[in-house]
Amino acid sequence: MADEDELLVRRAKDGEFAAFEALVSKYERPLYTLARRIVRNVEDAEDVVQESFASVVEHLADFREEASFYTWLSRIATNHALKLLRKRKGLSTVPLDESTVAEARDLPRPEFVAPWSREPGEAALDPSMKPLLDRALEELDEKYRLAFILRDLQGLSTAAAAQALGITEGNLKVRLLRARLQLRERLTRALGDPAARIALPSHHDEPRHDDELR
Amino acid sequence: MNCDDLLKALNDYVDGRVDPAVCERFESHLAGCNPCQIVVDNIRQTITLYKAGEPYELPVEFRNELRRSLRDKWKKKFPGTA
Repeated sequence: MADEDELLVRRAKDGEFAAFEALVSKYERPLYTLARRIVRNVEDAEDVVQESFASVVEHLADFREEASFYTWLSRIATNHALKLLRKRKGLSTVPLDESTVAEARDLPRPEFVAPWSREPGEAALDPSMKPLLDRALEELDEKYRLAFILRDLQGLSTAAAAQALGITEGNLKVRLLRARLQLRERLTRALGDPAARIALPSHHDEPRHDDELR
Repeated sequence: MNCDDLLKALNDYVDGRVDPAVCERFESHLAGCNPCQIVVDNIRQTITLYKAGEPYELPVEFRNELRRSLRDKWKKKFPGTA
């Protein structure tokens, strides 16, 4: 698939619109999905997709092909989407170290703990899953949602995701952990086997600073 | 390591970046703690499910408009090509 993209990119660089259009057809849905998840509304997501492909036309000659075409494209889209978010509501880019400390300390403990009754690959094929996945992600606090999208869905490194969001790596890690825990809780309530739900044993309730009590 | 310590080290463990010494303590806790095993599994499954989930469909009108505008932009950027 990457080889096919390389070929299409080369033909597009030679000025062949059909090759560029093939790349648009291939990646418009994943790109639109990424944009929808970041900006959370249709119009803004459309703007992001439009601007991203327009940027590709503009800068195609500069694309050095060190990363895959989709990696390059999705980075462009992420930057556009974050810029739009900041414009819309002043996305916080200040590293709030104090809040990070508090966030790291008061982690939400898992409550609904049960093995899933379906494998994720199988559940992904179920159309009724999509609203659940979308809603769970939308309900996350923005800072947690963005950390999850950039790291786990887009596959950026901790450093790259932190840089894109203008926060420290430590801050990003804490946000990602909280995002993962909250999504786990939501999805496990829907997908966990209630009959196999585990009543949390007493050591889950023991004082946090047990070392200090000895 | 107790269950709370395990939560804090969870990210690095799931991402395979945990310090070997921490990893050993993490795994020895996991071996004796069924709830924590399930939480770790659930988190991995959550990430997998999101990655495998169906993408959004583009609104048809937008899709057509996107093609039109990109074709125009292409013509301006690369005049005389097809």
